Amino acid sequence: MLVSIGATILCFIIWLLFTFNGSIWQWDEITAGIIFSIIAGAITEKVAIKEYRSLSPKKWLYLIAYLPRFFYEMAKANFDMAYRVITGKIKPGIVKLSPGLKNNLSITILANSITLTPGTLSVDVDEAGNLYVHWINVKPEFFEEKDIKCKCRYVCSTFPDWARRIGE
Amino acid sequence: MWELIYALLSIGIFFNLLASVGLLRFPDVYTRLHAGTKCTTFGSIFIALAVIAYGLWKWYEGDKTMISLAIHAFFALIAILLTNPTGAHAIARAAYRSGVKPAKAVIDELGGEKND
Repeated sequence: MLVSIGATILCFIIWLLFTFNGSIWQWDEITAGIIFSIIAGAITEKVAIKEYRSLSPKKWLYLIAYLPRFFYEMAKANFDMAYRVITGKIKPGIVKLSPGLKNNLSITILANSITLTPGTLSVDVDEAGNLYVHWINVKPEFFEEKDIKCKCRYVCSTFPDWARRIGE
Repeated sequence: MWELIYALLSIGIFFNLLASVGLLRFPDVYTRLHAGTKCTTFGSIFIALAVIAYGLWKWYEGDKTMISLAIHAFFALIAILLTNPTGAHAIARAAYRSGVKPAKAVIDELGGEKND
């Protein structure tokens, strides 16, 4: 119920932002917004995650702190990509990572971050939380490294720690 | 102000162009997805930022309806940022499940362990 009400309010705010055109809203717009928000909120009840821990403000602060780092990595990824597109130097392969994350939210954050950062694209995930990552330029050091934690560091630097802080 | 908008637009178009060149040059579906995900996301963010800058500028100059342009572009930016990696992941997984092997691969740790 709490999730539904939250989703309804959020939907209504987004509706108001979408229909705002410089002047005050008309009554018919607001009425339609309320009706559709309630419908959307009622549907959310079935599919929403029931984890109220992810609502804690500390996690939101971590998410905001994570964004600049993420954009820096993304810019780096694009220059790396530009280099590979122009020179055509690639050495692809699919590697397995065990970041040791438990819940779905943190794995989703990690997989999406991996896809947008240098040279990596997440392909599959299994039940144990292992990620299979397509890596466009496999470094030879990766095979010599035996420690699982250090293996992650070659592919996605400190992202597993960030995902753990935000998601768990 | 126009200079800022032109700069943002040209960065965005440059990276989108790079993505299309990458699509043509790379050998298989996974490496093409690399180009098609990262560069288009980054490029589209800059194009959306140019639209936001234009909308806010015109709004500041007195055209009150232009604020809706900026708001809509902002939501488009968030939607691109969330859905683009997810979609790429879905395509990559579907490609692997339907038997496309990565071309020129030096290692394939997924192949040995999955049988379905």
